[in-house]
Amino acid sequence: MATKHSRAAARLMISPAVLLLLGWMIVPLAMTLYFSFLRYNLLMPGMEEWTGFLNYQYFLTDPAFIASLINTLLLVGGVLIITIIGGILLALLLDQPFFGQGIVRILVIAPFFVMPTVSALVWKNMFLNPVNGLFAHVAHFFGLPAYDFLAQAPLASIIGIVAWQWLPFATLILLTALQSLDQEQLEAAEMDGASPVSRFFHIMLPHLARAITVVVLIQTIFLLSIFAEILVTTNGGPGVASTNLTYLIYVQSLLQFDVGGGSAGGVVAIILANIVAIFLMRMIGKNLEA
Amino acid sequence: MGKITLEKVQKKFGDVEVIPPLDLTINDGEFVVFVGPSGCGKSTLLRLIAGLEDVSGGQIRIDGEDATGMPPAKRGLAMVFQSYALYPHMSVRKNIAFPMRMAGLSEAEQKKRIDAAAHALNLTDYLDRKPGQLSGGQRQRVAIGRAIVREPSAFLFDEPLSNLDAALRVNMRLEISELHQTLKTTMVYVTHDQVEAMTMADKIVVLRAGHIEQVGSPLDLYRHPDNRFVAGFIGSPKMNFIEGPRAHAEQAHALGIRPEHIDLSQTPVQGAIEGRVGVSEHLGSDTFAHVHSEEVGQINVRVAGDIDVHAGDTVWLSPQPQNLHRFDEAGLALR
Repeated sequence: MATKHSRAAARLMISPAVLLLLGWMIVPLAMTLYFSFLRYNLLMPGMEEWTGFLNYQYFLTDPAFIASLINTLLLVGGVLIITIIGGILLALLLDQPFFGQGIVRILVIAPFFVMPTVSALVWKNMFLNPVNGLFAHVAHFFGLPAYDFLAQAPLASIIGIVAWQWLPFATLILLTALQSLDQEQLEAAEMDGASPVSRFFHIMLPHLARAITVVVLIQTIFLLSIFAEILVTTNGGPGVASTNLTYLIYVQSLLQFDVGGGSAGGVVAIILANIVAIFLMRMIGKNLEA
Repeated sequence: MGKITLEKVQKKFGDVEVIPPLDLTINDGEFVVFVGPSGCGKSTLLRLIAGLEDVSGGQIRIDGEDATGMPPAKRGLAMVFQSYALYPHMSVRKNIAFPMRMAGLSEAEQKKRIDAAAHALNLTDYLDRKPGQLSGGQRQRVAIGRAIVREPSAFLFDEPLSNLDAALRVNMRLEISELHQTLKTTMVYVTHDQVEAMTMADKIVVLRAGHIEQVGSPLDLYRHPDNRFVAGFIGSPKMNFIEGPRAHAEQAHALGIRPEHIDLSQTPVQGAIEGRVGVSEHLGSDTFAHVHSEEVGQINVRVAGDIDVHAGDTVWLSPQPQNLHRFDEAGLALR
């Protein structure tokens, strides 16, 4: 890319791809924006009319909105905390040389390959079910009454299921980061009198900062839009106890047939996601710089 | 203060014996260099002393105290690594302060020692930079600074100069020697470069395959090598070895003669080795001539730079008899 000529040629050649991607993004976004200003109900086709900000007003003043917003943040935050802490601990464990290391590593990665719907159903029916679930059997073994996880603690149960799915991802990224740590640095710290705990906090954790940032950013993107796990386990209930923003938008547009209100919710979700992104980049973005 | 004694120290990795039982004494204040070809176990030996590897047998004593099972931090030794092993996320100041923080020293004492070390090592202007912003030589000095502030009973250096360019290496060699003269602390230094060993050491330990071949002062090793390995390893360019009738005439299996101990003549000399110059390297002050002779094969000679020898010249070489080394069939020196 040395000369002016070659730079111009390069721009010309990547422009089709850029334009395609831009259109791919802009068209649905524009349509959502347009629908969000319409009174658009699927039960009354052909009756669309311009309503201004009325859809936004209804969506934002819906009591379920604040509840789902808090649920979304709790879901993202809870899963992040569990996967980061659990991931670091698992990575430290898997970094040790032991017999059967290769097989154990594959087993640890396995949950990531199970589809969200499938894993949520397996959790719902085989573990959390108050009659047939494994946890219910364990409780009975100790003479305790079975705990109905999805009814009593729906959001916590979903956080647990999602964290189980994402733990391997965090572990994998953190393990590779841990393996790239220069052993001589650890030895130097050992010579300098650092105990294993201070070696972890002063040497390993700063080295992992960048990997943790990557895990947080990538997971946040996916966790903001968790849907399948909620749909197959609690359906957002009881009440709105496990409804997140994504699920609320689904309820609005496909269960209440209010496409206009759902679109307004979608636009609100985009704005909120960007606010989260700005906060994240402010907090941890500097870790990504070289 | 810093006397290190190894008694029958042995190291095995699985079934492979890297270091057979070995005895060595490093006296207080001595600059000892472990030298040997790659894979001779010199780094492993240093790591055994540091406590980064467990010994498979024998005892390590530091100042008379048994340190064999002691964790590295308790041994009172400081190590400078080949890769410097600086902590990349900490500033130079924090890097140097790290061992003191771990030891729980007061802030005032930390600051005093950091300033002293930074002043001694010319690092004052760089204290707030990260290691990534420093040059190789500066990083090396930070690593040394981190070792100094602990006021250890001995310093361990693991090939500290091998990542530096040639000019910087000469400088750092001097700086480390000066540091030793000011601190008068025991230093153990590992290198594969015999020039570093010759220039810096009070005592050189020549290792081969985990065995100590010879221990002695640099000039001692140069003048009186115990065997052919040491004779060939110490000194640059390498010693020439002559076998055959000439060696038998001296009641030896092989004769060793250093390139600087051969007189070169461009006119026939009685009893001299006749040969033809293959390549001659003119360094200005000296000329190294690689001479092929029918009688004994290749011989390297070092002559003063003002003597003109060129490729293809026929020359006559006479080894100086007082500087001949004689070796028996096992390669041991005959004296």
